[in-house]
Amino acid sequence: MIECIAIKKTYVSGDMETPVLKGVSFTINDGEFVAIMGPSGSGKSTLMHILGALDTPTSGDYKLDGKSVAQLSDDELADVRKNKIGFVFQSFNLLSRTSVLRNVALPLVYAELPEDERDARAAAALKAVGMDESRFHHLSNQISGGQMQRVAIARALVNDPSLLLADEPTGNLDTRTGDIVLGTFQKLHESGRTIILITHEPYVAEHADRIITIKDGEIVSDTKNPHVRSIKI
Amino acid sequence: MKTKDLISESYSALTVNKVRTGLTMLGIVIGIGSVIAMVSVGQGAKNSIEASIQSIGSNLILISPGSTRGLGALVSSGRGSSQTLTLEDGHALDKQISFGHTTEMETSTRGQLIAKGKNTNTRVIGTIASYTTVRSLEIDTGAFISDEQDRTSAKVVVLGPTTRDDLFGVGSEAIGQTVRINGNTFRVIGITKSKGGSGFLNQDDVAFIPLTTAQHYLVGGSYLTTIAVQAASSDDMPSIQDEVNSILLQRHHINDALQADFTVQNQADIVATASTITGTFTTLLAAIASISLLVGGIGIMNMMLTTVTERTREIGLRKAIGAKRADISSQFLIEAVMLTFAGGALGVVLGWGISAVVSKFAGIAANVTISSVLLAFGVSAGIGIVFGYYPARRASLLNPIEALRFE
Repeated sequence: MIECIAIKKTYVSGDMETPVLKGVSFTINDGEFVAIMGPSGSGKSTLMHILGALDTPTSGDYKLDGKSVAQLSDDELADVRKNKIGFVFQSFNLLSRTSVLRNVALPLVYAELPEDERDARAAAALKAVGMDESRFHHLSNQISGGQMQRVAIARALVNDPSLLLADEPTGNLDTRTGDIVLGTFQKLHESGRTIILITHEPYVAEHADRIITIKDGEIVSDTKNPHVRSIKI
Repeated sequence: MKTKDLISESYSALTVNKVRTGLTMLGIVIGIGSVIAMVSVGQGAKNSIEASIQSIGSNLILISPGSTRGLGALVSSGRGSSQTLTLEDGHALDKQISFGHTTEMETSTRGQLIAKGKNTNTRVIGTIASYTTVRSLEIDTGAFISDEQDRTSAKVVVLGPTTRDDLFGVGSEAIGQTVRINGNTFRVIGITKSKGGSGFLNQDDVAFIPLTTAQHYLVGGSYLTTIAVQAASSDDMPSIQDEVNSILLQRHHINDALQADFTVQNQADIVATASTITGTFTTLLAAIASISLLVGGIGIMNMMLTTVTERTREIGLRKAIGAKRADISSQFLIEAVMLTFAGGALGVVLGWGISAVVSKFAGIAANVTISSVLLAFGVSAGIGIVFGYYPARRASLLNPIEALRFE
C-alpha cells in the first residue's frame, strides 16, 4: 500500500524557492492500476521520483507498505528501490551489447542472488511479458523498440516489487507497439500487480483503472476511470 | 553485491569496447614492460661487471702506485701514474706478510705485436709464474712463464686467445711461432683459456711475458704497476691489508698514512664500488621507464573519466534498481584495476621479451627476477587504484535522477 500525506517538494536555488509539489495526498491500494497524468511542468516527474524512492520530499510523509521512506539516507533509499520498486523508463535504459537475460537479471545481482536462481527468475519474468525464449540470448541492441520496452518491464518485475512505476513507457514507441506495452501492463494488473503509470497523454492514461490528474503541483482530480480501454494481447 | 558478480560486471563492461580497452591497456603494457626490461638489463650489466671483477681472481688485495705528494706540492699525482712500487717492494711483501698468501707482481704496458705481417696493439703484461694462481688464469695449450724464464729474462710470450686470433688466425696453432714486440723477437710458449668479456673488458686481448724481460726490453727500470696478494683465507683479508699498508709505509719512509704513495684495494671494495655504480644506472633507467608507467596511468584515468560520462545513464539505471554508492564505486575501481592488472601481465611478457632480445644481441645476460615481476604487478594494481579512484568516486556520487535524464 502506498500512502502520500501532504507531500511538498521545493527546490531552492540561491534565494529562489521553486515549489514543485504543494501538498499532495493520496492512497493507492495493492493491486491498483493508477495513471498519474499532467502536462509537463506539473510536478508529475518529481512525484514519480519520490514514489520511486529516488528522491525525498521536503515535507510530508510517504509510506510504502506501512514504512516511512521520507527521511531515509541515500543507501537506505537504494535498498527500498532494490526490494520494493520496479522502474520502467521512457528510453528503456537497457545495457547495450548485453544479452536480454543478463539485462533482466541485473537487479538480482544487487540483491545478491546466486546466478542460476537469477537466470531462472529472469526467464520467468521475460515469459510473463510475452518474450519468446529464442530471444533471451539476443543482445539488447538487436531487438525492436517494443521488445526492448517489454525487456525493461521484465527487468522491473524480476525482483517481485510492491510497486511497478512506469514513466512515459510508450513515449518512444509507435501506437501499435505502445498498445502492446499497455496491454502488457493490463495483463500484469490482472495478475495482481500494483502499477503506477506516469504520462501526459490522456490516451495512455485511459488504460488505467484510476486517473490522478496533477497540475501546478496540486491534484486537480482523482477519479475512477469509467471507460477502461482494454487491450487483449 | 558479491565480489564474483562485481568482477563479472566489470569484465563485461570492459569487453563492450574492446579497442578502447586494448589501447588504454597498451599504456600500462609499455610502462610495465619498459620498467621490467630496464631493471633486468641493469641487473644483467651489474652481474656481468661483478663476474668480470671476480674473474680476475678471488680474495685479492691489489696494490698500485700513486697518490704521491712531493715536498710542497699541493696536488698528488694520480693513482697508477707514478713509479713508486718496485720489485723490491713486491719481494719484501711476499717475505713479510705473516698470513697464508701468494704474491704476484706485474708491470703492464701497451705494445705493438707483429707476426707474419699482421699486427695488433694490445696490453702486454710482464709477470711471474704465480700469476696463474693469483689471477685464476688457465692455460689452454703450451705452458705459462716459469720462474726460470723470469730469472733469465727469456724472450717468451703467452698469448690470450683474442691476440692469438688477431695475429695467427682464429683457432690456429701458434706455439713455437715468433712474435715481434716493440722490435724484439719473442717465442710463443702458450695460449691461455678464454676468460670472456668484450670491448674494454676483453680479458682475452692480452700478451704475457716474464717480468724481468718486460723491465729490460719494454718499460725500463724495476717499477711495478700492480702487486696482487691473494689471501689463503678470506678471513685474513683485513689483517693482510693492514700488514701491506704498514710494510709499505715503513719501506717508503712515510709516517702519515694519508700521505701514502700507493693505494691498497680490497677486491670486495672494488666489487662494491662497481655495484654502486651499476645500481645507480639501474635506478636511473627504471626512473625513466616509470615515467611511461605514469603516463599509462594517466591514460587509464582519462579513459575511466570518459567512461563514467558515457555511461551516466547506465549508472543512473544501476542506482534506480538498487545499487548503492559502494557498489558503483567498486565496479569502476575494479574495472580500472582489471585494466592495469591485465596490462601489467602483458607488460611482464613484453619486458621479458625485450630482455631476452637484449641478452641475445647485446651480450648482457639480462634476467627478469621474480621480485621485479611481483613489484610490477603491485605497481600496476596500485596505479589502477590511484588513477581509478577519482573516476569511480565521481560515478558513485552521481545523482540518479539527473543521471537517468542525461542525454
